[in-house]
Order: sequence, then structure tokens, then C-alpha cells
Amino acid sequence: MEQFTLTLPSAAIPQNVTSATLCGVVSSGNLEILVEPAATSDACRIVVNTSAHGFRDIWEAVLKDFARRHSVGGLSLSINDAGATPAVVSLRLDQAFETCRGELA
Amino acid sequence: MNAPDTSAKRWDNLARNRAARLARAERLASGCIVPSEQIVQLLEAVIEPGDRVCIEGNNQKQADFLARSLIKTDPSRLRDLHLVQSVLALPEHIDLIERGQVSRIDFSFSGPQAARLARLVESRKITIGAIHTYLELFARYFVDLTPRVALIAAQAADREGNLYTGPNTEDTPAIVEATAFKGGIVIAQVNEIVDKLPRVDIPADWVDFVVRAPTPHYIEPLFTRDPAQITEIQVLMGMIAIKGLYAEYGIKRLNHGIGFDTAAIELLLPTYAADLGLKGKICTHWALNPHPTLIPAIEAGFVESVHSFGSEVGMERYTAARSDIFFTGADGSMRSNRAFCQAAGHYACDLFIGSTLQIDLQGNSSTATKGRIAGFGGAPNMGADARGRRHASPAWLRAGREGRGDIAMPRGQKLVVQIVETFREHMEPAFVERLDAWDLAATANMELPPVMIYGEDMTHIITEEGIANLLLCRTPQEREQAIRGVAGYTPVGMARDPRMVENLRDRGIIRRPEDMGIRKSDATRDLLAARSVKDLVYASGGLYDPPRQFRNW
Repeated sequence: MEQFTLTLPSAAIPQNVTSATLCGVVSSGNLEILVEPAATSDACRIVVNTSAHGFRDIWEAVLKDFARRHSVGGLSLSINDAGATPAVVSLRLDQAFETCRGELA
Repeated sequence: MNAPDTSAKRWDNLARNRAARLARAERLASGCIVPSEQIVQLLEAVIEPGDRVCIEGNNQKQADFLARSLIKTDPSRLRDLHLVQSVLALPEHIDLIERGQVSRIDFSFSGPQAARLARLVESRKITIGAIHTYLELFARYFVDLTPRVALIAAQAADREGNLYTGPNTEDTPAIVEATAFKGGIVIAQVNEIVDKLPRVDIPADWVDFVVRAPTPHYIEPLFTRDPAQITEIQVLMGMIAIKGLYAEYGIKRLNHGIGFDTAAIELLLPTYAADLGLKGKICTHWALNPHPTLIPAIEAGFVESVHSFGSEVGMERYTAARSDIFFTGADGSMRSNRAFCQAAGHYACDLFIGSTLQIDLQGNSSTATKGRIAGFGGAPNMGADARGRRHASPAWLRAGREGRGDIAMPRGQKLVVQIVETFREHMEPAFVERLDAWDLAATANMELPPVMIYGEDMTHIITEEGIANLLLCRTPQEREQAIRGVAGYTPVGMARDPRMVENLRDRGIIRRPEDMGIRKSDATRDLLAARSVKDLVYASGGLYDPPRQFRNW
């Protein structure tokens, strides 16, 4: 297991998030993402637990693009990864964000 | 002037040699039927040192009993053979080389034996003439690689030697035509000998010997993809292909590769494509093996015609019951033919789409990896512009306009598409600065790096990031950035020039899912018309009979 935490600047999510949402499953080549409210409105805090070693550069690139693509300030993400490819990670992140917003709408 | 003296020159050496071979074999056969216990003696009687020998087999049907028998022959008698055959897929094919009975090979595909073959080439135990496409090798059968002896496989024979190949006719007609009409010897292994065949696929006077194999010939279910294994990324890429390419160009005639990426497209036709109103507008005519994953699209009325290279295990009853769609004989069973279907895929289809292992910055695509000589099969013929094509279609003409710009002479182009997730399993990047094919060519002493699709033929790349339209690129730099621009987080993708990539996006050369109105969150497995093999059986009305390894209920 490899674990690291990133705090990425991002515009504040417009809505007020009060509840947690979960997206995906921890199975081979997949991952789960737990989205929760956090205190910092101008940044997104992301904790990554991954079974694959040595891909931190790629994780950072994927997550920075995510924080740039969406307004996710004020959210805290916990990721449990079982060897998902960057394509799957990006897709899950987008799904998690849309689910979180959808539940607020 | 003296008339040339022709008396000393004989013109029937092949026929006399053939007669001598048949005479040596006479005591072993009764009529054309040879008992299976006599097969090794028969092979030793009719094969001579230095012969070009074709052991029939493709990635499906295999003349496996004849291959097993060949490695029981005396290596001092059967030596210096030149194998000219579609595949080196059975262990026995490689065993024959290791036994020192083969001096040269010309072939197309070696999939399962790729690593053993690479070791033999590196240790200089064998010389490869060339790695061909199927159609290219068949062509050479009629020019400079005509087999002297062909060892073929059929479902059944009658006592005259007529052969029934059933749905898996595959390469047999091409091999037998070349061998039988150039003084060669044709030996067929069959699963059964019957009084009356359902139909005649190969006439008896093209066949010299028939042997009933102790076990039925092996057929690999190569084209069965379990829908349960299709990922959401593959669903997303399938949506991109359908909306961003098939609908845009109006692709009616096409060929699909065999991966899960294209299986996803097939399973999205009755759902996603139908919802887009594309039924009857795309994917009506196919050059394709009977993929089980095409069943839902056929049942939904999407498909008008399918011609096949070979059959697929378990699809026999389904294809027989859908003779409006598939090519079938008077007996009701399907007839495949690899040579004709390859020609169909090359000349009569507007689009080829398939997966690959590596794509470089020029758009060259290769499945070669270090230490494995795997070959190509048919992909290079499917995945190449047909320079001899002279009939127009809207898709072909549009591709030609995009690719060739304003040239005086109107001319179309085939759409050749590679569909890949940017990282394959084990985080191997699908995009590379330099293909492994170069290293393989160096270690195996090849004149050409084994490239499956050349960059000049590749028109589009689809990844989870979107579509790169290489036709619209006007400079090598644009082409490179278009490729980097869909290469995701691979080193090639991360080294993109972001401004140039955004410029390409503004010009529609790169299109993201959102540019095409595709919501990534819609890309779920719920969109697939079948989500398991059992669903496919149900969609077929119980006609599809999946092989045991695909049954988990």
C-alpha cells in the first residue's frame, strides 16, 4: 500500500455540502471515492490509498486536472484504489463529483 | 534458321514427380482413405526433403492430427522443409523446427508460440522468409510460395474424398486451389467419414488422401468476448466511436477487430446508437466473424449482412437460423472463406477499427513486443487504405476530402481507426516515442520492423480522452500533437504542448467527449445490450451455444 495526501487549490463548490457520497467499488482495476464536506472552501483535500506503487506523479497530474476542471473547493476526497488506470480514476472522479452535485440539486 | 530443339526439355516434371509420390503411397491407402495408423508412413512417402509444406491452421481451425503426425516422422528423411502457412500456433509447429526438420518459414501469425519462435530465430535455428498478412501469403501461394504438400482439415469426407468444411471453411479453398492445380499433394484430416456429405466444399479430385483423425480437429473460440468483462471506459470509448465517428461519417460497411473495445461498440448498437436514431444509417454490412456480441444488434434489426473469415464455436445454430444475414450453403450451415473475406474487408468496407499495443508519434501502430514474434494475421489488410479501390461512398469520399484537401482529382480514403485506453493493463502505456518493433527487428534480423498499421494509413485514434482526427492534420507537428493530445497521462501525453492541443481542439482535430455531447457519467455498463454471456444466449433465443469456458451458470 502507498498512501499520500494532496491539498489542491480549487474554486469553492457553489452548493453547501453536508452529507457524504460514495462512488465506485474496490475491486481489481477499480477504486472507490468517498466525498465529504471539509472546512477549507478554497481547496480540495485528497487522501489516496493505492495498491500500486510508484505512480505518484501520474496521480498528482490526474488529481490536479480534476481540481482544475471542477469547482471542488470545500470537499474532502478519500480514494481507495485497487490498481485502476488513470482513465478509470478520472471517470470515477467525474462521477463522484456529478453524484455529489446531483444529490444537492 | 534452325528450329529450337525442344526434345531434351521436359515440361511435366511436376506431374511425374507427383506420380512418383503417389506410387510410393499406393500401398498405404485404400482409394483415397488412409487409416490413421498409417499416417506417419504416408507423410514419409509423399513428402520429400526441401519441400514447401503447408500445415493448415488459422487462429481457429487446426490440422492438429497431421501436425502431431509430422513430428513423428524420421528427421533424416523429412528435412529442410519450408513451411508456408498462415499460423505457427500449435506447439507441434515449433517442435518440428526444434527437431531440425524445417529450414525456413513464411507465415502470418504465431500468437501463442511467439516467444518460442523468437528464441529460435535469435539462436539462428530458423530463417524467417517474411511475416505476411493472410491475403499476402495466399497471394504468394500462387506466385512463388506454392505448397508442394498441403495438410488440411475438414469436418467430414465421403469415400470419394469430397470434403465438407462446414462453417469453418476458412483458409482451405485458397490452400487447396494453389496446391492441387500446381502438381502438389493434398492430405485432409477429417473428423468423420460419411456416405453423403451435407454439401461439398472441396471437390474430391482436388484431394489426394483423407485420414480420419482419432480426435476432432481443434477449434479455438477466439472471437467470444464475455460482456461481463467490458469496462465503463470501453463503454465510453464505444460511445465516442458511435457518435463521433460512425454517425459523423455514416459508416455502413465495416470490419471490427476482436478486442473488448469493439465488442463494447457492438453491444451499444441496439441501445445507445438506436437512441441516437442511427438504426439503418450505420453498421448495416460487415466483414466479420460471427461475434456473439453482435447477436443483440442483429436481433434488433441493425444488421443486413455479415460475411465471415471463419466461424465461431457455439454460433453454428444461430448463423444457420439467420441465413438472411450470414452466408450459408444449401445445407443451411454457414460458409466462411478467409481469402474472400479479407478481400471484402480491404476493398468493400469503409472503416476498420481495432485495438493495438503501441502507437508512436507518427501514428504507426504495432502489436510487436520484445522477445515475441507474433505476426499480424489480417489486420494490415483491414487497416490500410485500398489504393486500388474505384467505387465511391459518402464515408470514403468525406475521408478523402479531409485527408487530401483540395486536389484536382477526387479520391476517397478508407477510415482506419485504432481504439485504445491510454494505459493497458499493468500500466503499460499504449503511446510510445519508439515502437518495440524496432528492437524486435534488430534482434530477429528482420528487414522491416513489424508494423501492423502504418501512420500514413491511420486516420483516427480513439481513447478515453476523445478522438484525434489525423486526416485533418496538415503538418507532422500537428499530427504529433494530435496524438499526444489524446494520449492521456502517459509520458507521451504529458509531454504535449497544451496550447497547440487546445488549438487543435478548436479546429475539431481533437474532439473531447463533451465536444460531442457525450456525458461521461452516462458511460455505465447499463448501456450494454447484454451484460453477460447468458444475456447473449437469451438474446439469441437459445440458438447460441457458448463454449464451456464461457458458461458460469
